[in-house]
Amino acid sequence: MSALLEINAARREFVTPEGGRLAALDGVDLTVGANEFVTLLGPSGCGKTTLLRAISGFEMLDSGTMRLGGADLTVLPPFRRPVNTVFQSYALFGHMTVARNVGYALEVAGASRTVREGQVAEALEKVGLSGLGARRPGQLSGGQRQRVALARAIIAKPRLLLLDEPLSALDRNLRQQMQLELKTLQHSLGIAFIFVTHDQEEALTMSDRIVVMRAGRVEQIGTPRDIYRHPRNRFVAEFIGETNLFAVTVDRIEGSLALARTGEGVEMHLPATGRSVGERVTAILRPTDFTLGNGGIPGRVTRVVYLGSDLYIFVQPQTGGPEIRVIARDGAGTEEGAAVHLAHDPTRVHVLEAM
Amino acid sequence: MALRRQSVVLAVLLAPVTLFLGVFFLLPLLIIALFSFLSPGLYGGVEWTFYHWNYGRIFGWADGVNEIFEPIYLKILIRSLGFAALTVVLTLILCYPVAFWVSRLSERWRLLFLFLITLPFFCSLIVRLYAWLLILKPTGLLNTILLRAGLVSAPLEILYTPTAVVLGMVYVMVPFMFLPLYVSVDTLDRAQVEASQDLGANRVQTFLKVILPQTLPGIAGGSVIVFIPAVGNFVVPDVLGGAKGLMIGNLVEQQFLSARNWPFGSALSMIIMAVVLAVLMLSVSRARRAGGHA
Repeated sequence: MSALLEINAARREFVTPEGGRLAALDGVDLTVGANEFVTLLGPSGCGKTTLLRAISGFEMLDSGTMRLGGADLTVLPPFRRPVNTVFQSYALFGHMTVARNVGYALEVAGASRTVREGQVAEALEKVGLSGLGARRPGQLSGGQRQRVALARAIIAKPRLLLLDEPLSALDRNLRQQMQLELKTLQHSLGIAFIFVTHDQEEALTMSDRIVVMRAGRVEQIGTPRDIYRHPRNRFVAEFIGETNLFAVTVDRIEGSLALARTGEGVEMHLPATGRSVGERVTAILRPTDFTLGNGGIPGRVTRVVYLGSDLYIFVQPQTGGPEIRVIARDGAGTEEGAAVHLAHDPTRVHVLEAM
Repeated sequence: MALRRQSVVLAVLLAPVTLFLGVFFLLPLLIIALFSFLSPGLYGGVEWTFYHWNYGRIFGWADGVNEIFEPIYLKILIRSLGFAALTVVLTLILCYPVAFWVSRLSERWRLLFLFLITLPFFCSLIVRLYAWLLILKPTGLLNTILLRAGLVSAPLEILYTPTAVVLGMVYVMVPFMFLPLYVSVDTLDRAQVEASQDLGANRVQTFLKVILPQTLPGIAGGSVIVFIPAVGNFVVPDVLGGAKGLMIGNLVEQQFLSARNWPFGSALSMIIMAVVLAVLMLSVSRARRAGGHA
């Protein structure tokens, strides 16, 4: 994979109103490939927006370097960077028509009127807004404004497009539709997207790779499957998707299986590889990793949430301890108060060595 | 029914202000308009005969019998317009950058600054203008400092010149320009400024294509609010201007209080009003065109 963007040891501090110092970026390394869709994911205040603004040039790094296609970007002002942004608020120019908004990058670059008109029409067509060029942004719906912002950001053919939570203001249906469209657009343009979101579902659906951030640091970089199945630590495991965490002690090892037990006495099987008796680890199981059957952890259903074809049920283990969250098929024996056994495939258990 | 009830409520609410404006604003205005077409009474007041020579005296169709055409009135009118325009430009240049600076201050400093801007209103205009007189006079503060510093060899003659008048008007009008400007600068969408830079516009382009158009309503509002009272102002030229600083407002004042020619004073007033109205309509129609839809 040829690297398009390389960020090394990026650091940016802010002075808090109380006079303290807060590192919004605390030594971030990141490489983005030429056609990659990378998502920056994390809770608010994790530094994802600061990282995006550092790439677009609105935040200067205190230290560290940034290169785009081999050229040093670190100290360039925003208007000299071959990078464009779709802003969270869209930031459309209210005093200009849609067409002039979209053609703005060409206008300031000194392109002739005919060139501009052709490319504006092309860009509007790409986002499905042909014929709306004469309108003002104020006359468009939220979804349409979003598309204008997109068309405006891609018209100058940037090699890297930055998107700052662009879908957060849209309703659910439109958001899902835009997710697919963005993905398609990225493929057809053949450029890299860096997408900021705090919505883990959005990150899992759209990304080639996800960068999970917390408190100015990168917690984990990986494909959506990687991040979901093999979270590096508790934070990532809990932030991405629903998770059951068990603090267990390995009791004994039988062949390829290790038998482990929580403090309350919930028993589970882990892959034996790398385990030793008496070791304390965290076992991670997703709600879909359990099956209701005859063997396994005995417990009682305390709450049922209807999801459609599936049920989301909370099971209180007989031996005590926190409730286990399970997604099960809608069927008999899943009503509230039912006694159930939760079985799991030991190979689906992800083990964190740190507690 | 609901609509009918609403309109009744609206009528009741609007009645007092309509009555007040009708009695104390529109009626006097109509009287002045009427007076401007009557002939002057011997000892003030008016004679009830139609008399268009008041305007003829200003615009040049006076026959030399009833009234004499004197081009000085037109000159003074044009000078007043020039002074007012200059005041608008100077207050704009002074206030525009400051508005940006203030809008970036922290909450506490911003409030303090806005308080300071309105501070002059707490003190009588006349008193403040006499303070300027003390500053500008040949033996005043300014000249003393300049002489002591060796920057000039003889006192500058500023007082009783057009410069003093414009200086005084700029001083008086700064708050009126600043407040509307500040509001439009403060509500400027910073994200749009960033979007402009992100799309490759340098600082000058961003200013001309995004910041200036977005703050245009404030510029237009401030300009109108400064221009209108500046044209008819007579207090500033009265205190700080000499013969060359005379403005049309002073003429009106003189006609009513000294010359006792009410009809002629009324005619001059009507001309000021016509000019002001024309400027206002022009700026409104231009603002509407620039603003477009929403």
